[in-house]
Amino acid sequence: MLRMKDRINSALRRVPAWTLYIVFAIWAAWEFWKALTGVGPYAVEPINVLEREYGEMALKLLVAGLLVTPVRQWFGVNLVKFRRAIGVTAFFLVLAHFLVFAILDVQSLERVWTEIVKRPYVTVGMLSFVGLIPLALTSNNWSVRKIGAATWRKLHKLTYPVAVFAAIHYLWLAKGFQIEPLVYTAIIVGLIGWRYWPKRAVPTPAKAPLSN
Amino acid sequence: MAYRWTNDLTHADVTPKAAFLNRRQLIAGTVGLGAIAAGLPAVAQDALEPNSLEDITSYNNYYEFGTGKSDPAQNAHKLEITPWSVKVDGLVDNPGDYSLEDLLAGLTVEERIYRFRCVEAWSMVVPWNGVELADILNKVGVQSAAKYVAFETVVQPENMIGVQRRVLNFPYVEGLRLDEAMHPLTIMATGIYGEPISKQNGAPMRLVVPWKYGFKSIKSIVRITLTDEEPPISWNVANPREYGFYSNVNPEVDHPRWSQATERKIGGGLFAKREPTLMLNGYADEVAGLYTEMPLNDYF
Repeated sequence: MLRMKDRINSALRRVPAWTLYIVFAIWAAWEFWKALTGVGPYAVEPINVLEREYGEMALKLLVAGLLVTPVRQWFGVNLVKFRRAIGVTAFFLVLAHFLVFAILDVQSLERVWTEIVKRPYVTVGMLSFVGLIPLALTSNNWSVRKIGAATWRKLHKLTYPVAVFAAIHYLWLAKGFQIEPLVYTAIIVGLIGWRYWPKRAVPTPAKAPLSN
Repeated sequence: MAYRWTNDLTHADVTPKAAFLNRRQLIAGTVGLGAIAAGLPAVAQDALEPNSLEDITSYNNYYEFGTGKSDPAQNAHKLEITPWSVKVDGLVDNPGDYSLEDLLAGLTVEERIYRFRCVEAWSMVVPWNGVELADILNKVGVQSAAKYVAFETVVQPENMIGVQRRVLNFPYVEGLRLDEAMHPLTIMATGIYGEPISKQNGAPMRLVVPWKYGFKSIKSIVRITLTDEEPPISWNVANPREYGFYSNVNPEVDHPRWSQATERKIGGGLFAKREPTLMLNGYADEVAGLYTEMPLNDYF
């Protein structure tokens, strides 16, 4: 086990974090191309399929971002250097998801606004998107120095409501009893709850308060 | 009773199926529909352009076979449709279990090219083949006390993945007021493009009520019950705030989660424009009379 973990970590050290940007930029462009030419699942109704494809991948990346810390604690696998790229990529995919919704699906700014105000599932989706904006803007070393590491860390806890709103957005748009949105919600709530759950395994001095 | 309603488009105007199958390539090649129309007899003023068979058979809501739009096309082959028996009961003179052949024997199958508007704000145009529901009802003899017709979809749990996952309370049930059921526009479809209806579209026999949202047009029917009470309908049971018994297409009454003012016709590609949704899906002249006593915006 130990050797396996070390081998994974040393392999990961050799992969630059920017690889993620390249991979997902190519992926997003490839999906767009398939939608444009009507390939496979895009044959009949490409707009909704593309909208959903970008949105679901963004949600997966939000989950991946939340997994970085527990994966290090549980398995000793260190993915911390990828976390910024995971988050920023999630932001760009949410942006792409929003643009498909606004430009290709709803097709008018006025109607986009009506949808945001009138439809709760769109409202929470927008909240999630808006919450990601300051996170994406401060995902650089200069910002960390400028606002200070402690404030920066506090600000980036916004990831938790962002992920919860994204899960509610998915739950809310499903018709009938569907499994996938429930699974995402359970995972996201579990990963956030885990962070705030008092850890019994950590022996604490008798009088010291519990800390995270 | 057949031929009580005729298509805007006569049979002679219907583009041959082969042309529709090639339609996408023609559009892709920017030849456009004008070129197709030019080679055909004059088309009626507000002629409907049917979707290709590929569109109609690969983009479906049939939750017994999964919730994705392509799930039914992938999974519906498991549906067993021979033999097919339909139970007719309730307030009828001739109740019983009818084989599909017996139920339809002697009735006239017509082609009806209808707009089909899903509650999810997409639409298609489908060239159905079917019989008027009124002909079936007259055949089994509706008693004077009957006010509603209830329908039920087959349940084959071992063949239906969505039934195993309990996406809805199955069997799927639907219903119409008797006058809606007897209306000339209401048909039981057994074919599309002149061929037996595909399983993902509701083989071997499904309801088509063109002025209502698509979920009212219940698929793969195994039971028809005449009653004097408004029957439960599946989507209303699942979510009464969002889905009413009538569910007439109405651009003025939004679904709580999305607007019904516009729709997008399937098959228009990545840049397909939204079009305004028509009151009663464009069939107001024919069916508005059914609802003169009833404010449509309240009875959604």
